[in-house]
Amino acid sequence: MKNQNLYNYILTIADNSLILAQRLGELCGHGPNLETDIALTNISLDLLGQTRSYYQYAAKISGEDKTEDDIAFLRIEREYKNCLLVEQPNTHFGYVIGRQFLFDVYHFMLMEKLQNSKDETLTAIAKKSIKEVSYHKRFSSDWIKRLGDGTEESNVKMQEAIDDLWRYTDELFLMTEAEKIMVKEGIGIDVSSFKEKYYEEVAEVLKDATLNVPENKYFTKGGKEGVHTEHMGYILADLQYMQRTYPNMTW
Amino acid sequence: MSEKNIKNLEEIFEARIARDEKIEPKDWMPEKYRQTHIRQISQHAHSEIIGMLPEGNWITRAPSLRRKAALLAKVQDEAGHGLYLYSACETLGISRDELYEQLHSGKAKYSSIFNYPTITWADMGAIGWLVDGAAIINQVPLCNTSFGPYARAMVRVCKEESFHQRQGFEIMLTLCRGSEEQKAMAQDALNRWWWPSLMMLGPTDAESVHTEQSMKWKLKRKSNDELRQQFIDQTVPQADLLGITVPDPDLKWNEETGHYDFGEIDWDEFWQVVKGHGPCNKERMNARVNAWNNGEWVRDAAMAYAEKNANKKVAKAS
Repeated sequence: MKNQNLYNYILTIADNSLILAQRLGELCGHGPNLETDIALTNISLDLLGQTRSYYQYAAKISGEDKTEDDIAFLRIEREYKNCLLVEQPNTHFGYVIGRQFLFDVYHFMLMEKLQNSKDETLTAIAKKSIKEVSYHKRFSSDWIKRLGDGTEESNVKMQEAIDDLWRYTDELFLMTEAEKIMVKEGIGIDVSSFKEKYYEEVAEVLKDATLNVPENKYFTKGGKEGVHTEHMGYILADLQYMQRTYPNMTW
Repeated sequence: MSEKNIKNLEEIFEARIARDEKIEPKDWMPEKYRQTHIRQISQHAHSEIIGMLPEGNWITRAPSLRRKAALLAKVQDEAGHGLYLYSACETLGISRDELYEQLHSGKAKYSSIFNYPTITWADMGAIGWLVDGAAIINQVPLCNTSFGPYARAMVRVCKEESFHQRQGFEIMLTLCRGSEEQKAMAQDALNRWWWPSLMMLGPTDAESVHTEQSMKWKLKRKSNDELRQQFIDQTVPQADLLGITVPDPDLKWNEETGHYDFGEIDWDEFWQVVKGHGPCNKERMNARVNAWNNGEWVRDAAMAYAEKNANKKVAKAS
């Protein structure tokens, strides 16, 4: 493929949106009340919309006869480049909010920068996405505060989720080969450049929420290189079920 | 208030309804009117919320990104319908928590159709096409019902349902134009959803207990049997268009009546499901109760946080 690096770079961003949308999709109808159910479905829909824009672009530049669905459904696990954070399960609502928040702060900063990419399509997607992501971040930050500074029980549960998910945050700022090359070409974003700002903003919200910033310095990585947690296989089993069982059909 | 006064109010009330005036929450209304509306509107709201589950079951497995987004949006619409129906119901002086309590304890009913399992992707098509189709037939007359908040909610619900119905039909059409396997999947879904959809329109007129009073209050404009006939007459040609067969050997066009004749409905099955012994009654109820119970700490936290902030604001202001 001529544009292999750009193609891989797009997937690095897009797969996060796909897998997080899929995780949120599991919750539809099972939320703590109707309002949060509707809000989480909204976020899921936004992420799916973004995913489709990225994959349509990736399909176009691949130079092969690919569609957005081929990219979404017909890769093997090692070829998905999402970070480990977004594939973590909906253990309880604190994990849902914790995962969302830790991702949203990063996602917002990434979209801010991507708006200035040399690649016009990515710029356009980023400009549209940032409005959505800004809402996601507000939603998840507000809930971090409600749960952190709500009851004793909610504080414990929210802290537990943040502590558990913390080890997946460092990976967000690791640069893959495709990212490094794309940064050189003025298309990609140097994610390591806003790492410090990310941890500052996260710490500020956690402090507001009367939560502790975890001190854990042991991090887990691999997702961006296609080495996922054990959860990923099950996500893909659901995601790919129809396309794998009934190949080459129109739905 | 004296009996004579109440009788007077009742007469004025009935005359208003006869003139097609809307009754609003703050207007005087007979207690029976209030109770009947709480029962029907909440039953409708519960059906929307329980109805999210069988379709929600396929969100993670939808066969394409376009279908996944459409299904998510559809299930979200149902949550929205539930939200404004609960709100309409609350104007009658009952809280959402109380209504949930009635659902979870089994006191309140919801549409029995949602106690059937969704076992293939074609069920997403069949539900949109048949179940939403039957729901529209039930609901369109309610856009003109006498209770204002319910009537206004139904205008919006019906618009969205009609979109869902077309979406469902389009899923079926795509399957029927697809491979042999896809067409078989569509036929199988029609086989399983046809009879329960007919049952959705309620027991036969002879068995229906609420009809007469509901007609007077414009909660109902046609009888169950009339609505069922309308549904069949409208749906059979659509099945023909799809090229799949309605699973009723007695189904036949009747030149004389201008309607389809159809076979006997298995009312024993209907009552079995209504009484809680359908294929998924227990699963649906467990899912709702679990979501509610697991969410308790979240709702408590939100309340506690709101109170703390309100106190902070008061302290700042004083």
